Amino acid sequence: MNTNVNLAGIKMKNPVTVASGTFGYGREFTDFIDLNKLGAIITKGTSLKPRSGNKPPRVCETSSGMLNSIGLQNPGLEFFMQYDLPWLKKYDTAIIVNAIGNTIEEYVELCKVLNTLDIDGVELNLSCPNVKKGCLAFGTTYEGVKTVTQEVRKVLTSKPLIVKLTPNVTDITQPAKGAQEGGADGVSLINTLLAMSIDIHKKKPILANNTGGLSGPAIKPVAVRMVYQVAQAVNIPILGMGGIMTKEDAIEFILAGATAISIGAGNLVKPNISMEIIKGIEEYMNLYNIKDINEITGAVTMN
Amino acid sequence: MKVNINAKLIKKEQLKNDIYKFSVQAPEIVKQAKPGNFIEIRVQDQVQPFLRRPISIYNMEKEKGILEFIFQEKGIGTQILSKREVGEEIDIIGPLGYGTFGIKEYKNVSIIGGGIGVFPLYELAKNLKSQTKSHINIYLGYRNKDCVILEEEFKKVSDKLNITTDDGSYGTKGFAIDLLKEDIKNQEIDSILACGPLPMLRAVKELAKQCNIECQVSLEEKMACGLGACLGCAVKTSRSSKESPEYWHVCKAGPVFNAFDVDF
Repeated sequence: MNTNVNLAGIKMKNPVTVASGTFGYGREFTDFIDLNKLGAIITKGTSLKPRSGNKPPRVCETSSGMLNSIGLQNPGLEFFMQYDLPWLKKYDTAIIVNAIGNTIEEYVELCKVLNTLDIDGVELNLSCPNVKKGCLAFGTTYEGVKTVTQEVRKVLTSKPLIVKLTPNVTDITQPAKGAQEGGADGVSLINTLLAMSIDIHKKKPILANNTGGLSGPAIKPVAVRMVYQVAQAVNIPILGMGGIMTKEDAIEFILAGATAISIGAGNLVKPNISMEIIKGIEEYMNLYNIKDINEITGAVTMN
Repeated sequence: MKVNINAKLIKKEQLKNDIYKFSVQAPEIVKQAKPGNFIEIRVQDQVQPFLRRPISIYNMEKEKGILEFIFQEKGIGTQILSKREVGEEIDIIGPLGYGTFGIKEYKNVSIIGGGIGVFPLYELAKNLKSQTKSHINIYLGYRNKDCVILEEEFKKVSDKLNITTDDGSYGTKGFAIDLLKEDIKNQEIDSILACGPLPMLRAVKELAKQCNIECQVSLEEKMACGLGACLGCAVKTSRSSKESPEYWHVCKAGPVFNAFDVDF
C-alpha cells in the first residue's frame, strides 16, 4: 500500500498534516502523538516580528464548531529559527512554515529568510479573517493573490510555495487561479469563515474582536465544495481542510481533489485525532483495495 | 506529562439542584496533578458540543488514583455531563496548566473563594494542611444560604473557616473579602490565595497590593484546547502597554498566576 504523496514538491509519507494555528509548533502534542508519523507539520502563522494577538475573549463555541480571533499571536521568525526549528528537525516529518505579513514587503522579507532555512515548504497565509491588514487586502481577488504570490516567488526560489486561500469570497476559483498564475506550487483551502456570535444577555458580540473565523465540522461541506471547485479550475495540487474529524471526512476531501489534508480544530478537542485519521485512511484503502492513495485524488464523479 | 484517558465514573453525587460531584478513576492524572491544575472533559464522543469543558480539580486521592471534580450544570456541555452514569467512561485530558498554587510553609495564609470558584481551593487547603504547619484561614462567599456548599469539608482543612452570604441568610452578611479586610488589620497574613468571580479577584488583588502581601489567583478565560496550542485563553500581562500589549495564556502560564503579573 502506498500512502506517500507529493504535495507541490513536498514529500509526505501520508496525506495527513495539521492546520496552522491549531498545533502550535508541535510541542504541545508530543504527550499525545508521535510527530514522526505525521505527513507534515504546518507551523503556527509566523511573522517577521513577534505579534501579540487580539484582546480576549478570543474563542467561543458554536454549533458543531468554534469561532476564533487569535490575531496571529506568534513569537516571530527569529524565535522560530532559534528555538522551534532546531527542535522540529529532530522529527522525521516535513516542516511547512505558515508565513504571515501586513504588507507585500513583509511577506517578501520573511520569505527571503524562509528560502534559506532547512524547511520543506512555505504556506503563504493570505486568508486570516482576524487581522485588519494583509490578508483581507490581498487574499480575496485574483489580482491581489497573483501579485503577492509573484513577488514572493521571486525570492522563494528553492522551496515549494503553497498559498492558503480564504473562503470569504464569491468565487473561490478566482484567488486560486491568481495563486497558480503567480507561480504557486499548490493551494491550501479553506481558512476559516468570517463569522459572529452574540451574547444575548449583554447584547454584544462574544469575541472582543466582534467577528472571528468559524472552524470545525460546521464548515466541512462548504470546504469540500470549494476544494472540488478549485480542483476543476487549477492544475496545481490542493491541500484540503475544513472540519475534518474522521477518516470519512478526510476521504471526502481527497475524492474532491485534495492531494493532502489538514486537520485543524479537531486537534483542539482530540489531540490524537491525526493518528486516528492516518490509520483510518489505511483502513479505507484496505476496504476498497486501493494500492496507492493518489489513485483516489479527485476521483469523485458528479451525478 | 499530559494524558488523555477514559476515566471510569465510580461515584456521582448531586450536591445541589444544579451542582454535581463526580469521582473518577484517573491514576495517570492524579499522580502528577498539583493543586490548581485542571482537566478538560469531552462530554460525549460527538461533534456537538464541539469543545471540551475545562473543569477544576476538587480533590484527589493519590493512593487510590481517584480524582474528584465538581461542576455546575449551566449549558449544553455540563447538562450532558451531568447525565453520565456511574460505570461509564469519561474522556478526560489532564493535568493541565503549569501555573499552580504554591504549597509551602506560610505563617498565616488566607484562602478566599466565591461561588463555584471555591472548588479548586479544597485540594489546595488540604495539601497545605497535611504538608505544612501553615495557619490556614479560609473565606468563602456565597450568594445566599441555598448556595452554601462544602462547609464541612472546608472546615476540616482549615484552622478557621469564615462563610459569608450576600444577603446574610447564612454566616456573615456581605462579601468574603470584607471579612478578610477586617482580619488583615489585626493579623499578619503572609499570602492570599484566591479563586472566584472576577470582581472578587480584582478586590483581592487590590487589597494584597495595599497591604503588600503575596497573592496568587486562579483565572478563567474562554478556552478551547487547554494545551497551549490555540492561544485562545489570553490574559494580559501587567507589563503590557497600550501600544504593545503582551498576552500569556490561562492554560499555559496559569491558571494560577501571581496576581501582580497579570491584568484582569
